[in-house]
This record gives sequence, structure tokens and C-alpha cells, in this order.
Amino acid sequence: MSTVAAHHDDDHHHAPPAGMKRWLFSTNHKDIGTMYLIFSLIMLFLGGGMAMLIRAELYMPGLQLLEPDLYNNMVTNHALIMVFGVVMPAAAGMANWMIPLMIGAPDMALPRLNNLSFWLLPAGATLLIMSVLAPFFGGGAPVNTGWTLYPPLSIQAGMSMDLLIFTLHVLGISSILASINIITTIINMRAPGMTMMKMPLFVWAWFFTAVLLIIVMPALAGGVTMLLFDRHFGTSFFDAAGGGDPVLFQHLFWFFGHPEVYVLLLPSIGVMGVVIPTFSRKPLFGYKSLVWGMVVLTILGCVVWAHHQYTIGMSVFATKYFMIGTILISIPVGLMIFNFVFTMWRGAMTFETPMLFSIAIIIMFSFAGATGVMLAVVPADLQYHDTYFVVAHFHYALIPGALFGLYAGVFYWLPKWTGHMYNEKLGKIFFWWTTIAFNVTFFPQHFSGLAGMPRRIVDYGVQFQEFNVISSIGGFAFGLSHLLFLYIIIQTVRGGKKAPAMPWEGAQIGTSGLEWTVSSPPPHHTFTTPPTVK
Amino acid sequence: MAATGEHYYVPEGSHWPIIAVAGIFLTVLGFAFWANGMSFGPFSTVAGLCIIFYLFYGWFNDVIDESMSGKYSTQVDTSFRQGMMWFITSEVFFFAAFFGTLYYIRNIALPYLSGEGHLGSSNLLWDGFKATWPLVNTPDPDKYTQVKEAMGAGGIPLYNTIILLTSGATITWAHWGLKKNSKTHLVTGLACTVALGLFFLSLQVYEYVHAYQELGLTLASGVYGSTFFMLTGFHGMHVTIGTIMLIVITVRSIKDHFTVEKHFAFEAVAWYWHFVDVVWLGLYIFVYWI
Repeated sequence: MSTVAAHHDDDHHHAPPAGMKRWLFSTNHKDIGTMYLIFSLIMLFLGGGMAMLIRAELYMPGLQLLEPDLYNNMVTNHALIMVFGVVMPAAAGMANWMIPLMIGAPDMALPRLNNLSFWLLPAGATLLIMSVLAPFFGGGAPVNTGWTLYPPLSIQAGMSMDLLIFTLHVLGISSILASINIITTIINMRAPGMTMMKMPLFVWAWFFTAVLLIIVMPALAGGVTMLLFDRHFGTSFFDAAGGGDPVLFQHLFWFFGHPEVYVLLLPSIGVMGVVIPTFSRKPLFGYKSLVWGMVVLTILGCVVWAHHQYTIGMSVFATKYFMIGTILISIPVGLMIFNFVFTMWRGAMTFETPMLFSIAIIIMFSFAGATGVMLAVVPADLQYHDTYFVVAHFHYALIPGALFGLYAGVFYWLPKWTGHMYNEKLGKIFFWWTTIAFNVTFFPQHFSGLAGMPRRIVDYGVQFQEFNVISSIGGFAFGLSHLLFLYIIIQTVRGGKKAPAMPWEGAQIGTSGLEWTVSSPPPHHTFTTPPTVK
Repeated sequence: MAATGEHYYVPEGSHWPIIAVAGIFLTVLGFAFWANGMSFGPFSTVAGLCIIFYLFYGWFNDVIDESMSGKYSTQVDTSFRQGMMWFITSEVFFFAAFFGTLYYIRNIALPYLSGEGHLGSSNLLWDGFKATWPLVNTPDPDKYTQVKEAMGAGGIPLYNTIILLTSGATITWAHWGLKKNSKTHLVTGLACTVALGLFFLSLQVYEYVHAYQELGLTLASGVYGSTFFMLTGFHGMHVTIGTIMLIVITVRSIKDHFTVEKHFAFEAVAWYWHFVDVVWLGLYIFVYWI
């Protein structure tokens, strides 16, 4: 190995290039990871701003701020931005930063492709913003379908819909390329001795995320391509007058859309898989079963999509199948929850911000699991379908399940990325503020939903006003808490207590990765010659 | 398959990715404007496509130069192989979406419209409508034209099946030549494959013209035309890309780029070509034959 270390590398310099070139032409996984994270933070405020508009409009019954079409457009784009612009890029940013460090690789397997995957995102975001703005410049009706883009409504929208279809194409290409890169890195770039079953859980979680994306993203691309053809080239995939079926699009969409939930969730499970052992100072309980649990989740996740469509009039056999399959998913998910709880059992626990978030996820995500089982039961779902109960359910699944997991990851790795410790006190304030505000926002929606308040409608009956006032106040507080989040991040980037190579004393017990063997922040290039893992 | 301690080539910063983004962005933006009848559209799309062509030329040129100057270790080679395999996997699922569509239309949507099954009341939409497959009679002939005659499985589609299967054999034969280190054998095999690819494409064009002009089978002739052109069209696009890739590796073979040990580009193209071949078999069975 020492002869290799003496070898002069002619392919890359040890210092990053100056100016914009460093970012535009980057082939460095750390720089690209940073760009992903910053992009996602910007989109968080854009998508969050839309949520604030929605909550402001719903503060009172009647129309105050938004036209109905524009309201539905905000609902649509809030969802698309949060899914494609915030959670996926943030998770991909963490993958970029941490996977090569954890497995001892010099970089991602295909560094130039990596840069392409990132820069497609701003291009996609530009198309999405153009789609929002087009109606104001004579582009016809805005997209008012919700993120599911169901025809025939989506066939009738103006050119905003075309821009949105291409947004999804561009973001889809980005996800597929990033997934190819991540899988290749994990399979091919591990340091000698870093066997698959030694990898930190975060790496495994991303492996299955990437596999899911490669399976389902092309289906969405195919579905929206057919939509485009139906809109402009006279095909009749989704028009019964030509022998097609609008419900077909729903199947194509949810074949993508349901696994997408696990795409958003799994990286967070991976973060918890390194955070919880660290702050419990105990090895992860049931590492192997967690990996196999994710295998089961990946497979089951791909074959239960139609539980989003119980009301379309499927045959009894089909609804039964999708119901049973959906409920089966609680087995691997329950296994993960129990493994995390058993990891904490009798551990020497401390409650730093990442740990607080992880514990909150266990509680609130389990709650979403419970409402999920309610929704999975066909006769019950027919009552809940398209009410605020569903909105409450999936926000409980996705805000803790995806977003809080990413927050845990940000606080956990911020010292590694920046070389500075974040302000623990502010971190804890942010945790309590955002957790309480989140519950105030979404808990009442269970009740308004069960009482029959429909979703995706700008107005509502006066009997729902109390619930909506509480929701809106909670929503504003939730939105506001993110200014503190931004402040903590900026403060940490700019200075603070120096972080050692291993900022968390329990980290080495918690994970078997190599990320703690390099300094904080790591040098521009790490592991140019692979380390050996015993 | 973990690293062996060799140096892994991490390229210097590259301008190609950002050019790729510009090309893709202009292409799709132009297309969205074009589809809505705005004159700016075609210019943007054409500019974007030109950038994409330039991009592929330039990026692959760089990669070939790096490869030829021996910068790639076997581990880099494995990365490329893995990357290509997973890319083809994603392509499989892209086609799966269209095959799934065909299945759904034929076995679920059309029976309902014809009055069968538990949603047979859909038949009231177009009372008395009976679906056949191929669906030559659309439920609403005013909106979607009737097809005069369905595309048969004999004739051109059968020739095309034979052509593509033969091309799969010739590329394997070319691979044998490469392994024997026989340049003439290799180049002859590749040239035959390219010729067969081009032959396939020209027959496909002829078939499309025939469908539009004589059979009344068009994109707008109901869901039979929609699925027919979508599936064969995307397949044809992949054959076109595959043929271009084949031409590139033929030229590279003539320039002695490949050695018995190191010829990832050849294998990648061969895999892609076999993938396209298998998709065609699926097409021939489900679109033309049964």
C-alpha cells in the first residue's frame, strides 16, 4: 500500500479550484453533496412558503387570498417541491457526502455523472417555477390536479402542465443517474475489508432507495410521456372514447408514487440507524434483520400501489390483495421500530439534538403507521378517502419519517461537514419548537378529516373553522421555526467550537463506517488510496 | 468486489455535465413551447439537440482518450460495467410501463367498455360497443378515427424479427473475433450488425408510412394506434441510438482501440443491443402477434 501512497496522482489536485469552476465543473463528492444540501434548503423555503399560503387561505372559511385554481396549484407544487426538491435532494446530498467517507472510497464511482445528476435539479426547478408562473403570462389554466396529475383534469390544463411534465422528466433523469452512481459506488468502491454486512445502515438504506428509484422512476416517466401524447398528439391512453382508461394513469402514477414513499423514508431510517446507536452507546440491535427488513420493504413497497385507489371500483379480489399486502408492510416497518427501541434499551443514552429527532420519529412515525393501517382497510378507507384524515396521515408519515430524519442527519453530521460544533442549546430549542408546532398543525386535521372535511378544496364548511385556526397557527409556528434552523446552520458554517474528527464519543460504537477516521472537515480529497478495514 | 489498492481515477473538474444540463433544458423547454404553438419552441429544441450531440461527441471523446492513455484501473472498468447494467435495468422498467399499459388496456379497460366484468356498466357510455383486439373500431369514431386494417404479424414485422435476431448473432460473432484478436473478423461482424440495424430501421419507416397511408393506423386512431406507435416508436428510438453506438464502436475497432482484455465499450454496446433485441421479441409477440 505504501508504494501506492507515494504515487503521484495526475488526475486531480489536492486543493479545490477557485471561483465558480469549483461548483459548476465539480467532480468532488463533498462539493456536490454540499450543493445538493444547499439546493434542498432553498427549496424547503420555497415549498414551505407555499404551505404558508395554503394555511393562510384556510385560516377562515371563504375565499381570502387565493383563487381556487391558484390554491390548487399551490397544493400541487407544494407537494412536488417537497418531494422532488427538498427530501430527495437532501437525502442525495447526505449520500454524496457520507457514503464515500463511510465505505472508504476516494469519491463516487462516476464523478462526472454525479455532477450532472446535481445540476439537472436547478434546471428542473426552473421548469417547475416557469410552470407556476406561466398562467400569469397567458399560458392558460394552472395545474390544479394535485401532485398526482390525474387525467382528465391534467389533459385540460394549459401549458403549465407541459412544463411540469418536463420537470418530472428532468428530475427523473437526475434521480436515475444518481441512483446508478450510488449503487455502483456501494458495490464497487468499498475499501478492502469493508464487506457489505459491515456497512453502516445508512449505506444499506441508500442502496435500497436507489434500487427502488431505478425500478419506479422510469414508470413515472412513461406515464407522464403518455399524458403528454394524449395532450398534444391525439393518442387515447387515458380517454375511454378511444378505448383507453383514465384509471390507467392512476396505476402508473402510484406504481411510482407508493414506492416513492419508501424512497423518502429509507434514507431517514438509515440516519436513525447510525444516530440511535451513537447516542445509546450500544451497537445497533439486529443489524442483519434491519437489512433484511429493508429487502422485504423494497419488494412489498413495489406491489401494493393501488391502496391509493380503493374508490376507483377495482374488483373485490384486487382490493383484498392490495389491502393485505399493505397491512403486511407494517411487519418490516414494525421490525425497524422495535430494533431501534431495543438499541436504546439499557443504553447509556444522552439526548443531543439528532437523538431527540430520532426518538420523536419513532413515536410520531409509529402514529402514522397506526393511521396507515386504518387507511389500508378498504371499508374504512372509503370513509376517509380524500379527507383531511389522509392529509394528517401522510404529513405524520413524511414530516417525521423523512424530514425529521434529515434534520437528525444534518445535526449529526454538521460538525463533520463544517468542522464546527453547532449550538446545542439552539438545536434543542429548534427540536422542541418544530415538534410541538408540527403536532399542533397536523393533529387537529385527523379530527376535521374524520368529521368529513375534504382535501384539495380552497373553501370549507364553517363547522371546521376551529380545527383550521389551530392548524394554521401551528403551521405558521412550524414555518417560523425554520428560520431558527437556517440561523443555526449559518452560525455553524461560519464558526463555533472546533469539532474533533469524531465529534460524538459514542460514534465508533454506533457505526462501523470510516467517516470518523478523517478530520472534521475532511480534506478536499479523502482515501485517494483505500484504507484497510480489519 | 472491494478495491484492491489500485489508484482509482477521479477526473478533474469537467464542463461536460453543465453542457448536458443546458442541452436537456433547452430541448425540453423548446418542446413545451413548441407543443403549445409558440414560435420560439423549435429553435430552442433544435439548439438543445445540437448541444446534446456535441456533448456526447465531446464527453465520450474525453473518456476514450482517458481510457486509451491507460488511466483506468480494473476497478474503474467495473464501475462502468455496473453503471451500464443498472442503466439497462432502468430502461427495462421504462418499457415495462408501456407493456403494462398494453396489458391493462387489453385485459381490463376494454372488457369493461364492452360490458364484461363488474364494471360492465361502462358499456352504457357507448351502448352496444364490442371491443376487438386489435381495436379497429374505437368507441367514439368521431373523436378517434377507425382503423381500416390491423397490422398483421407476417411480412415486415416477421422480417424485422429475423433481422434483429440475426444482428444479435452477428454481434456475438464479432465478439468472438475480438476475443481471438482478429480485427477483420471483428470489424466484419460489427459492420454486418450495423447494416442489419439500418435495414431494420428502414423497414420500420416503410411500415409506418404503410400504416398511416394505407391502413389508417395512426396515433389518433384510438388506443390500438396509441400503444402500437408508442411501443414500436420508443423501441425504434432505442434501435437508432443502438445503431449509432454500433457505428462508433465499429470506427473504434478499425482504429484498434480494443484489446482482448480491455473492451468495455464493445460489451456495453453489445448488452444494449441484446436488450433492444429482447424488447423487440416482446413487441413482436404482444403487439403484432397475439
